[in-house]
Amino acid sequence: MSATRRSLALHGGLIALLFALQFVLPDYHHGNLARIMVLASYAVGYNILFGYTGLLSLGHALFFAAGMYGMGLTIQHLGFTPAPALVAGLVTGIVVSAGLALLALRTSGVAFMIVTLMFAQAGYLTILYFGEYTRGDEGFVIQQAERVLWGIDLSDPTNRYFAALILFAICLMACLHLVQRPFGKTLVAIRENEERVRMLGYDTFAHKLGAMIVSGTISATAGAVYGLLFGYVGASFASVQYSIFPLLWVLLGGAGTVLGPFIGTLFMFYLIDFSSGITTAYMLIAGVALVVLTLFAPQGLTGELRRRLWRWLP
Amino acid sequence: MDFGPYILLASLEGAVTAAVLALTAVGLSLVFGVMRVVNIAHGEFFMLGAVIAWWVAQSMGGHPAVGFAAALVIAPLAVAAIAVAADMTILKRLDYDPERTIVATIGLLYIIQQVTLMTYGPDARPVEAPFDTRLAIPWIERGEGGWQLYWPWGLGTTSYKLAVIGAAVAVLIGVWLLMSRTRIGLVMRATQMDRDMALAFAIPVEKVYALVFGLGAGLAALGAVLIVPIQQAHYLMGADPLLLSFIVVIIGGLGSLPGTVLAAVFIGLSDGIISVFFSPTLAKILATLLVGMVLVFRPQGLFGSRTA
Repeated sequence: MSATRRSLALHGGLIALLFALQFVLPDYHHGNLARIMVLASYAVGYNILFGYTGLLSLGHALFFAAGMYGMGLTIQHLGFTPAPALVAGLVTGIVVSAGLALLALRTSGVAFMIVTLMFAQAGYLTILYFGEYTRGDEGFVIQQAERVLWGIDLSDPTNRYFAALILFAICLMACLHLVQRPFGKTLVAIRENEERVRMLGYDTFAHKLGAMIVSGTISATAGAVYGLLFGYVGASFASVQYSIFPLLWVLLGGAGTVLGPFIGTLFMFYLIDFSSGITTAYMLIAGVALVVLTLFAPQGLTGELRRRLWRWLP
Repeated sequence: MDFGPYILLASLEGAVTAAVLALTAVGLSLVFGVMRVVNIAHGEFFMLGAVIAWWVAQSMGGHPAVGFAAALVIAPLAVAAIAVAADMTILKRLDYDPERTIVATIGLLYIIQQVTLMTYGPDARPVEAPFDTRLAIPWIERGEGGWQLYWPWGLGTTSYKLAVIGAAVAVLIGVWLLMSRTRIGLVMRATQMDRDMALAFAIPVEKVYALVFGLGAGLAALGAVLIVPIQQAHYLMGADPLLLSFIVVIIGGLGSLPGTVLAAVFIGLSDGIISVFFSPTLAKILATLLVGMVLVFRPQGLFGSRTA
């Protein structure tokens, strides 16, 4: 079997497995897995910029929140139905990521991280400042009646699981497709040696801009769907913590691998779920994981797997 | 109160903020300048300084001045020791790679913060100031009988706040003397200018890095000990100093000490004055946007002229 067919079978297999799990999982894990799939879609978006293009953003919560608030505010204040509200979230994501990309891509390295961090922080504070509309830290609930998409009630666990699965499948396959195209290969080349790629005649700025917009838009879509499926929009999703999470998930799962974000999210979600039963200081686990990962496994779980066993893994 | 006394009061409060901010930011700037490491956990070293100061002051008993004096010595040293340990066990093994150290220091941030939450708890606790005399400030106004002095209600400061400003100035002069007049400072500057050349001249660069990381953390802790009688110690108190120090270091020009001090005074004073008239959230939004824009369009900082 060729590498392309093998990877297609592997990723298709994961989606089929997730589909089958729907029928056997107990309620609690069923709900968790729906959440994990949406968050993993966010991580897939993050991975395109961080894992494949090599740009470490500390401000992806801005995109996640842009999608979430683009969706939530139009439902809350303009009376949109879910379908146009999702589109509104998507468009907000494109606009915000293009805007930030045009500014932040003028810098590189450490400055890029701080610029993205600062703009995300400004976005978070802006949400707090307009508390009259956004209800700030407290957030607002999207009522069940407003979460019916084409006659399907998204607050029902089964429907919610399928919606999450569809989103995740689209993001995963889009990512897989992207990295096998010349565009994705150029991104990897930029990560490895930007000077050389520029010398070969590629427009590296345009490629990085494209990567950041794709990455931001996927993150924003995940944010919009998250708000719609779980019925809550709040400023905490725009905080620094939500910029750190995708970094953590991708690092853990394996940066620059298609499967990595899902594996990392799954692993970290259950690690935190387990440890928050023991102590309130559950972010300690996240901190220890970050330090240990940067020290011993910069490639992450999937990265190690690729290094040792399956060299064809995309 | 009239407008004039109001501004004076705001700038006095701002000067206290600026003094503590200058200490914290100089620590961050030293670490970045010499090691090229962006230390996201810097705010947590600040917080640790305040928390350890509370522990020390608590366990000493007796006159508050005794506990405070002990805290002033013990807290910065303890925090510096923790920082040196973190440098040797984590940063050194990452070869000071800029991107990986950022991720590692984010991890360190959560570890320090959450361990404090587990041991010290979620409460804010005060440390008693060693001396705290209220000083009223007179104001001159033209009255019926010509110019006259009067004491507006609410206009005043405490002897402790003035002492904080004095202490910060003294420490900053000390740091400057250390960097420019001593052998250790010379070695640090040599490492900052050219790491490989310094290595070739047999400067133990790794020891210098550990020392600088400890010194930077110690300065943050010292700033925290000074502010803790005014602000109380809390496990989340590191976020604001971190953000403000970043703003100061970037506006002052990354790695330049005089620029950092100048920017700290500027930011501290304007923060005090702006938050009297505008909402603090708006002030923070403007400040973060300013930092982002400065990095994008003027990476050498507003006061810096260095081409790097």
